[in-house]
Amino acid sequence: MGMLIVCQDLWKIYRLGDVEVQALRGVSLEIARGELVAIMGASGSGKSTFMNIIGCLDSPTRGSYWLDGLEVARASQDELAEVRNRKIGFVFQNFNLIPRTSALENAQLPLFYRGLSLREQRARAAAALARVGLAGREHHYPAQLSGGQQQRVAIARALVSEPAILLADEPTGNLDTESSRDIMEILDRLNREDGITIILVTHEAAIAAYASRQLLVKDGQIVSDRATPVPAGSR
Amino acid sequence: MGAFVLLTILTAFRVLSRNRLRAGLTMLGIVIGVGAVIAMVSIGEGAKAAVQAQVASIGTNVIIILPGATTVGGVRGGQGGAVTLTTADAFDLKKKIPLLSETAWSKRDVMQIVAGNKNWNVPVNGISPGYLTIRDWSYASGGPITQVDMDAGSRVALLGQTVVENLFEPGEEPVGSTIRIKNVPFTVIGVLAPKGQSAQGSDQDDIVFIPFSTAERKVLGTQFLGSVAALFASTDHPGDLPAAVEAIREVLRGRHRLQPDQQDDFTIRTQVDIGKVQEGTSQTLTLMMFAVASISLLVGGIGIMNILLVSVTERTREIGIRIAVGAKRRHILTQFLIEAMTLSLVGGLLGIVLGVLGAQATTVIAGWPTIISGESIMAAFLFSLAVGLFFGLYPANKAARLNPIEALRYE
Ligand SMILES: Nc1ncnc2c1ncn2[C@@H]1O[C@H](COP(=O)(O)OP(=O)(O)O)[C@@H](O)[C@H]1O
Ligand SMILES: [Mg+2]
Repeated sequence: MGMLIVCQDLWKIYRLGDVEVQALRGVSLEIARGELVAIMGASGSGKSTFMNIIGCLDSPTRGSYWLDGLEVARASQDELAEVRNRKIGFVFQNFNLIPRTSALENAQLPLFYRGLSLREQRARAAAALARVGLAGREHHYPAQLSGGQQQRVAIARALVSEPAILLADEPTGNLDTESSRDIMEILDRLNREDGITIILVTHEAAIAAYASRQLLVKDGQIVSDRATPVPAGSR
Repeated sequence: MGAFVLLTILTAFRVLSRNRLRAGLTMLGIVIGVGAVIAMVSIGEGAKAAVQAQVASIGTNVIIILPGATTVGGVRGGQGGAVTLTTADAFDLKKKIPLLSETAWSKRDVMQIVAGNKNWNVPVNGISPGYLTIRDWSYASGGPITQVDMDAGSRVALLGQTVVENLFEPGEEPVGSTIRIKNVPFTVIGVLAPKGQSAQGSDQDDIVFIPFSTAERKVLGTQFLGSVAALFASTDHPGDLPAAVEAIREVLRGRHRLQPDQQDDFTIRTQVDIGKVQEGTSQTLTLMMFAVASISLLVGGIGIMNILLVSVTERTREIGIRIAVGAKRRHILTQFLIEAMTLSLVGGLLGIVLGVLGAQATTVIAGWPTIISGESIMAAFLFSLAVGLFFGLYPANKAARLNPIEALRYE
């Protein structure tokens, strides 16, 4: 009821010749608007697989998934692209910015596919960069930015389309402690001030501590789902 | 969509300019292909126009009747001494075929002409006055051979430009002077305006005309009076030519008492036939040009396809990012097609420049006439676009079908 994400018995099975890899084994989950969820788990436990399905980049082998009332399994390729464009923002471990393309143009990218006027694309991308503290860096190339700054460009790109949900798969995995804290503070602020739903994957307890809810994934199943008693903001 | 296409074109230029050498080498095939086509088409068009001018120089709506049969290959059989055409044939044709506006006849031989202390060997044509009208000769000075000259067997001559150049000093007026043909004195009554080369490549201005009657009796001699080397006729309208040709054939077969199973003992030609031979030649040329162009455009296209495949591989991660933020298949497809077309189009434009320069160089260096038509430039432009589109399709489609998850992980 009013849930942003509803998963029921999601399975993802990869077949490599005769070998069958069950990356997800019956995941059921509901996430409400405005939550900040941390997913933890060992490497290979299926976290990224889950994130890719939630992010409509991949589809489950079995099970159903509703995002904001739309049943994703039934959607066409173009509809999924539309969902990714309007409702989802991705932040990756390795930033995934387009090289030799300015911060502004990277941040513009989702709007580019929405057919907005160039002026509007630029204005909104610049505003998104300002929200992550990169005002004045619009015309820097990724190679001219530090890792933390690059990740902030990636967050601006995810924000620019004002998505319902921001998916961050190990967003601090390639960053030093200080940059990691910067990034987490930005995400935390976006969640609390702007009400953006955030799901993030992390190995680090310190990062997961920002979340209001922590999930533990093991062998493709959610083995623990608990609300964190102390909100990160009042640490 | 407008902003999308515009930005994609800008992106394409940026991507290409990052790798200028690679882009340049990729375009080379298209540049050479388009350049060759433009240059060759303009040379071909120039040649065609020159041939058309030559065919027109034969005269207007001309029918030429030569003695001797046509063989299967279309080559006229050796005249074999058989003189089959006469002035009487000409009179009869004129009388029986109202379609013919004019008939004429001639005979010719190469003779030595002397003027003052200079001499020159030149084909001397004995002609009936109608010849000059049919063949559209005009005069640089003086005037034509008339029926009066014909009836009187006057010793008067018309000289072509080449003859004048070889027998007279520059600025000297030939009209009124006396020349000797086979030791017979002739008064020059006119100088012909130049016609240039014939369709067969001979100099049409290296010629002397004298009245047929004079030629027959005093200069060229004859087997029997009235035998001619060629008959000429003309119609008022080009559309009448085929009917006139058939009528001539019928009249001549009747006069020559040919049985239905016998071949014509004469050959009828019109300007149209002569033009056709030339057209055949230029069609062969066009075909060869087309072959060369297709091969180089094919090579150019494959070059573009190859470089695009490399580019798709290099930019796998970028494609993954684009798909992740909401690019649809058609967006990715469009992006790479635009890159391919940008390559081929820039190549095409450079090729057009190269071709135009090449054509002009040909005119300057070899002296061949060339015509650069807007249509061939337009065609080259559209063709290079089409090459980009066609050869870009496979790489672009490959890019559009990438699995985003794998693409995002690509190192
Ligand atoms: N494309 C694929 N083909 C085959 N197996 C895969 C593929 N993607 C992931 N897997 C497997 O699925 C399991 C879960 O992977 P993943 O979701 O990436 O784990 P995590 O992100 O938690 O480290 C792993 O065993 C991995 O090897
Ligand atoms: Mg992972």
